[in-house]
Order: sequence, then C-alpha cells, then structure tokens
Amino acid sequence: MDNVLIEFRHVSKLYQMGDTLVKAADDISLEIYKGEFVAILGKSGSGKSTCMNIIGCLDVPTSGEFLLDGRNVGHMNKNELAEFRNEKLGFIFQQYNLLPKMSILENVEVPLMYAGITGRDRRQRAAEMLESVGLGNKLKNLPSQLSGGQQQRVSIARALVCSPAIILADEPTGALDGKTGTEVLELLRKLNEDGNTVVLITHDNSIAAAAKRIIRLSDGKKIFDGPVDDPRAFATPAMPVSAGGEAY
Amino acid sequence: MKLKESIKQALKTIWGSKLRALLTMLGVIIGIAAVMVIVGVGSGLQSYMLEQFQQFGTNTLTVTVVGRNSSRSVSVDDMYQIVEDNGQYLDKISPTVQMQGSIKIGTETISTTSATGVSEEYFSIKGYTVEQGRGLRYVDISQRKKVCVIGKYVAETWFGDNAVGQTLKIGGNTYTIVGVLSQEDDEMDEGGTDDAVYLPYSTASRLSGTAISSYTITVVSEDTASESKTAVENALYAIFDDEDAYSVISMTEMLSMMTDMINVMITVLTVIAGISLVVGGIGIMNIMLVSVSERTREIGIRKALGAKERYIMSQFVIESLVMSAIGGLIGIAAGYGISAVASVLITALTDTAIAVTPTAQSIGIAFGVSAAIGILFGYLPAKKAARLNPIDALRFE
Ligand SMILES: Nc1ncnc2c1ncn2[C@@H]1O[C@H](COP(=O)(O)OP(=O)(O)O)[C@@H](O)[C@H]1O
Ligand SMILES: [Mg+2]
Repeated sequence: MDNVLIEFRHVSKLYQMGDTLVKAADDISLEIYKGEFVAILGKSGSGKSTCMNIIGCLDVPTSGEFLLDGRNVGHMNKNELAEFRNEKLGFIFQQYNLLPKMSILENVEVPLMYAGITGRDRRQRAAEMLESVGLGNKLKNLPSQLSGGQQQRVSIARALVCSPAIILADEPTGALDGKTGTEVLELLRKLNEDGNTVVLITHDNSIAAAAKRIIRLSDGKKIFDGPVDDPRAFATPAMPVSAGGEAY
Repeated sequence: MKLKESIKQALKTIWGSKLRALLTMLGVIIGIAAVMVIVGVGSGLQSYMLEQFQQFGTNTLTVTVVGRNSSRSVSVDDMYQIVEDNGQYLDKISPTVQMQGSIKIGTETISTTSATGVSEEYFSIKGYTVEQGRGLRYVDISQRKKVCVIGKYVAETWFGDNAVGQTLKIGGNTYTIVGVLSQEDDEMDEGGTDDAVYLPYSTASRLSGTAISSYTITVVSEDTASESKTAVENALYAIFDDEDAYSVISMTEMLSMMTDMINVMITVLTVIAGISLVVGGIGIMNIMLVSVSERTREIGIRKALGAKERYIMSQFVIESLVMSAIGGLIGIAAGYGISAVASVLITALTDTAIAVTPTAQSIGIAFGVSAAIGILFGYLPAKKAARLNPIDALRFE
C-alpha cells in the first residue's frame, strides 16, 4: 500500500536495568495510514514514550524494523534522522517545550530555519501559521507572557509550520485544564479533517476518545488495535485482545 | 545555517545574561589589554631609544684611551694613522676634548652650554652644517687658534642675529666666533645639541691642560660596524698589549644590544600577560559547559525540530567565539585607554617623552588570539552539546 505512513515490523526496544532486561516495546507490529487520527493509549510504563520516540525518529528499535513514509529509519545516520524529523514530523509536547527567551514568532521560525528557509519568507510563513491558531496579535510576545492553552497553540503552530507528514502529540492536554484541553483536542481533530495524519499519545481514555482509532499498549505489548467505537477499545484487559489485522 | 544568523542568535543569548557574560569575558579583556600595553611600552621605549642613539650618530665609534702607564701612549697622529690603515672600515676621525671651565659671554656666566674641542672634520662626521660664517679649518687646529663655532641656541640666545665676529670666554681665554651651526634638534633647548660651543681640539687641549683621550670615528658602513670596531681594537691592542687601556664603543652595537634586551623583557612580560588569556579562555570554557547543561532541554527541543549536530555545535562555538571576540574588542579599547594614560603619566613623571604606542600588529594578534581562544575553549562544550541524546535532553528538567 503506497499510503502507509508508519509501519512497525516486529519492533522491540530493550533496556538493560542492572541485572534485568526491560522490554519497553515487545514485538509490536502496526501500520498507520495517511489521514488517520490514531491514539496510542496505555498506563504509565506501558511503552508509549518508547513508541513515540521511535515514530519521532529520536530513537531506533533494538530489533525489528520501523519504516516512516516508506523509508527504513534504522538505516539512517544522525544527520539523516535530523533532516527527516524536520521534514516529516511535527512534535507537540506535554510541556509545550517552547524556547523561553525567544518570541513566539521566533519559536515558530526555528523548524523553518533548520529547513534552510531564510529571511522574510520564513517570518511570513511563521506569522501566518500563528494567525491560523489565533495568535496573530501576539507575535512579539515571549512564551511566558501567554497562558498554557496559548502556549500549546504556539507549539501546534510550530509543529505544523513545515507541513509535516505526521503530527505527533505527546499528552498534549496533560498540562491544561479541562476546557482548554478540549479546545486543543478540537484543534487536532480539525487538523485531521483538513487531511493531516495525527498520532496522539495519552494515558487518558477520555482524551483518546477524540481519535478515530485506538492502539492500546500494556507492558510493551500491543493489546488492542481498532476503531474508537469498538466496545473493547477501553475495556480493562482481562486478556490481550486484538482487532488488528483488518485493513484500514 | 547562515553565519550571520548564528552570530545574531549568539549576541542575543549573550545579551540575555549581560553580567555573567561580562564576568566571563573579564579574563580575556584583562589579558588582551595587558598584552597591548606591554607591547606598546616596548615599542615606545624602542623608538625613544632609537631617537636618542641617532643623536649620537649610529655610524660612529667612540674611542676612549685610558692608557696603561706612562710608558705607552697613543698620539693624535697614531689615531689618524689607524684610521688611514683601515680605510675599508673607517672613514673620518676627530679627537674630542671636553672643556671643564665655564663659559662667559659678556658679563654672564653660563653653565649649561658645553664646550668641546674637535677637529675640522667633526661637523661633517656629525652631519652638522654651518649656517653663518665658517666651520673650523686645518690651520685653526695646527696653529691652535682661539676661534670657535657656536650652536644655534647659543647664537640666538646671546647674540641675536650677528654672532659671527663677536667673542666669548672659556676658562679665562677669549675666543672669536667664526661660525654658527644650523639648528639640529627639532626644538632648541637649554643643554640640548644646539646649546654648544666647538673650538680646535689642539687649543682646547693646550689651554685646559688635558691630554687628548677621546675620539669619534665614523665607519664606512653601518653593516660592518662590528668589523670596524674590531679593527680599532686590534690596532690599539697592538700598541698597549692590554685590553683595559682603551674602550671602543659602537653606537650601532649598543643600540642592537639595548633593543635585544628590551625585546627579551617584552617577550617575558607578554608571556606572563598571555597566561591571563589562557585563564580567560578556561573561564569561557567553564561558563559554556554550565550553559550547555542549563540548556540541555533547549538542545533536545532543537534536535527534535531537526537541528543537526553540526548546527548545535556551531551554535555553541559561535557563541563562545562571539563572547571572546567581544571581550577582545573591549580589551583593545581598554588597552588604548590605558596606553594613553600611561603615556601621559610617563611623560609627566619621568620627563622623557616615551609614548606607549600599541602597534597595529599587536592589536591584530590580540584580536586573533581572543577569537582563537573562543573557538578553542568553546569546542569542547559545543561537542558535548552536539552529542547529547535528544531523548535524554528532552526528559531533562
Ligand atoms: N532509558 C531507559 N532506560 C531504562 N528503562 C527505560 C528507559 N526508558 C523507558 N524505560 C522503561 O521502559 C518501560 C516503558 O517506558 P515508557 O515507554 O516511558 O512508558 P510510558 O511512556 O508508557 O510511561 C518502562 O518500564 C520504563 O521504566
Ligand atoms: Mg511516557
């Protein structure tokens, strides 16, 4: 299938902790297609961050293969990974992770700068992106002068500004109150409707419910993979269930 | 990534913590200023000395004969013979007899003016020219005439415009002024080159009762100054068989000896000042290491957004480079300021016009060194930053 964006083939990630070997990801296979809105759901320690680091090209699997947009990331060197991140991925972090000493405009310019875009063109693209998330009148503000919800919108603008193939959101509502959290989820849903592929990582069932498809992890294993309206999606797992294998 | 952009970003970061940056730069500032001032003092001292030596003439040998005992001595004729015999090295000779008695002009007694007995060739040896009247002649010498040639300062101070034909007294004897020399020093001063009276050495020797013991000899070429000196020494040794009976001083040799001494002194001081540059560099490295660990999260974010190691590396190296270059510029400004103040102080306190002049070369080197320190001592912290694992860096609180 030529519109597969993310493909895990028996991906495992092992960590040596003293004498014990921790399987942070244990033989996970999955496919995510262009235009999907997927939530990776699991309790703390289930392996969500590990998967997100692999999808985000920040880390490589211990075994198995990970393909992003048709390319095998395991074969890339650090430079190629950096370039690939810049080109393919838009990160949205729980803690916003804005650069505190730069204005929000400059913050949004950073990915464009690494993409080699300069001068007026860069400023204009960053400003337009901030306008589209409703912050066009605050370009010169420092992140610390904005509310949490506004800061998260800046980080969404920054994630989108290079037109990435995938938007990767790690607990994007974790630091926000309920109402602003909902607004951010609404924004993600709207982005997905506009054709963006969104991968949302969360431990919270009600947040995951915003997605169209749920992948549940437990102890590094995939225990559910199916549409959000599947009754098993949020069921406490008595035993590993999988609705995977069907084509999406 | 554009260099201009990196520099702008570095300036912004530095500006964001001005006091810390300034304190970090202090070592470099002090080091650069110190090197500049020391080199400046050295070059000022050197040009001052050169000027002083040039007044004596760098192409001359000064011979002083002390004698060993009464059994052996050299006559003026012997000395002329030595010069003639060494024609390939030695050119002209003039005995010099320093008169001790005070000079009287009219009823005034003056003590600053020097009176020297010389030969008819002395003025051409020294490069002095006669402005009015005439110089000394061979007959003045051979007949021990009581005539004299005076410096411009003496003429202007005591005789106005018509000194020639008038008289002055040295040690009770009256001398007729036959000529006036043109001005030698840039500014005529009491006790300077132009405040002098010259008379025939034969007259001077006879009337003051002193033996002729000093000679000024010009060399054919400054390049063979030391061979010329050896030639005179050998001839005198043949006569006295004793090295202590005479001394031959070459101005060129003295100058180069003094210059060498100053250079050694300056080099030693510069190395000492250079140590503070190294200390300054280590200070920068220290702060850059602190800065890398403080900004671990920022580095993680930048890497996640697509920064290559090369960029992170250059960001930190450029930051360190910009910081030490700014330190260098401040140091150069400080060096200029201190040099100017030092020049004024030296002139006021010692009455010698030594100008502390920072050389363009030392400024260039100083700036180059501070930039190099930035790169050198920024490299390690930058490498550390570039190598950070983005996952660990993002987790960092
Ligand atoms: N760098 C690491 N070193 C050792 N163990 C790790 C490391 N990263 C994660 N783990 C372990 O792997 C498991 C999965 O972690 P993680 O992917 O962070 O889970 P989640 O994000 O779902 O909380 C956990 O048991 C965790 O302790
Ligand atoms: Mg996690």
